[in-house]
Amino acid sequence: MSTHFEASAVVSGIGMSQVGRRLELDPWLLTTEAALEAIFDAGLTTDDIDGISTYPGAMWSTPGITGAGCDDVRSMLGLRTKWHSGGGERPGQLGAVIDAMLAVHAGLANHVLCFRTVWESTAQQYLGGRSAALNKAANGKILPFGRELDQWTAPYGIGYPSHGALRMQRYMTESGATREQFAQLALVSRANAALNPNAIHRDPMTVDDYLDSRMISDPLCLFDCDVPVDGSVAVIVSQAGTTDSSRAVSFQAIGSAAGVNESCSMMWSRTDLRPPDIDIAEIYDGFTIYAVEWIEALGLCAKFEAGALLEGGARISLNGEIPVSTNGGQLSAGRLHGFGSFHEACLQLRGEAAERQVPRTPQIAAVTSGAEQFSSALLLGAPR
Amino acid sequence: MSTHSIVNEGFLRPEPPLTPRTKEFWTSGHDGVLRIAQCDDCGQWMHPPQPVCRSCQSRSISSTAVAGTGTVFSYTVNRYQWSPTIEPPYVIAEVALDDADVVLMTALIDCEIHAVSIGMPVDVCFAISGDTFIPLFRPVTP
Ligand SMILES: [Zn+2]
Repeated sequence: MSTHFEASAVVSGIGMSQVGRRLELDPWLLTTEAALEAIFDAGLTTDDIDGISTYPGAMWSTPGITGAGCDDVRSMLGLRTKWHSGGGERPGQLGAVIDAMLAVHAGLANHVLCFRTVWESTAQQYLGGRSAALNKAANGKILPFGRELDQWTAPYGIGYPSHGALRMQRYMTESGATREQFAQLALVSRANAALNPNAIHRDPMTVDDYLDSRMISDPLCLFDCDVPVDGSVAVIVSQAGTTDSSRAVSFQAIGSAAGVNESCSMMWSRTDLRPPDIDIAEIYDGFTIYAVEWIEALGLCAKFEAGALLEGGARISLNGEIPVSTNGGQLSAGRLHGFGSFHEACLQLRGEAAERQVPRTPQIAAVTSGAEQFSSALLLGAPR
Repeated sequence: MSTHSIVNEGFLRPEPPLTPRTKEFWTSGHDGVLRIAQCDDCGQWMHPPQPVCRSCQSRSISSTAVAGTGTVFSYTVNRYQWSPTIEPPYVIAEVALDDADVVLMTALIDCEIHAVSIGMPVDVCFAISGDTFIPLFRPVTP
């Protein structure tokens, strides 16, 4: 049995900037809002922060997918760090949090500022998110600065939604799940978002709204897709026992393998907890099919039985047996890339989720990030 | 092995870059034959191609001719324009080859967008773009 390093670290503080569509704000400002709120929430000051971890950090990418890097934040906030790490090749976006846990466990840092900043909504407007995809293939040539991976998709006109759609089509055929069942993920998320003042889309949604929405890549429709936004989330990962324990969320287990099923198997191998112990599931829902894959991988239902779990929506709603995406998820609250879900899990475990607080404050939350081979799963525990 | 036709779609698809790793795949269609990377020592098929076998780590890898027939593993009708030259809607598919253990992500042409199904038999053809021959698939007509 490997060392249970998870016990070395806690989530001591959380913060979230304003989140919105086309905020037209400097992404460094959003990062600052989230970071300072998280540091204050942890009862710390910027002088205490000695580590930084982020996904994906400063890098070339599609417009707005990254709003600040480690060095940006270090110099902007005047931090004196002993360790930092930013990059895209991680086990899911929350791999940045796992890295921070490792740094804390190894004694390289005491309080690590982990953050994720996106400004896709504004960047796509001004820099051309959609046109960037088009420009990449300008004149019939794939420009050399794109990922080498593009050569397998650009000649066929394959965008991100089609990847999800291929999985969704295959899943529906194999499992018998219906679009009406997938719709429940969108509907329940929307109902939860109505109770979240920071969510992007809060108007009620019906099954007909879902079924009548624009097809993006059949069978994947508009409401199967998450919403690009501007916003930043920060969490402080601290040495256990160094901050107010009545507010510290614990790490019970992590899974960092390549693959949704592999990450969940690894996570369960690192704890005595079992799937029925999960009180809430803040799962990655970039597309609804990804959420379905996480639900099954976590063991919340058997393989190909997610359709039955979703049927009617009651079982996954706030008052149901396994509430999912309690803040509205990325489908309705906005694409904060796993960090939004992590923030929500901490709020719920601390009993601070206000109108959308799940009854009987949850003790264990599952949080997942990423999809396909880019994945991580975490079990978080309530403060005690 | 059988030879397959070159099609003229009336537009040019984005041309994949030819690198030492992928050149043989993207130019294989010049003689109407689809070729897939295969380990000379253990027979492992690999796509995308790679210079070492993932099963036995042999570095003796060949581009092996295959029949070019397969079945639809999954598919989607894309409605969104991702390339300036490819007008939606069009069918994107994963095709499992009959005689090589790989699934290719590709496009289906010459088919009604609502007439595609998982398991449907398909056959390769090639579209020329610059120096490349881009494998596409069509429904097998009885
Ligand atoms: Zn081999």
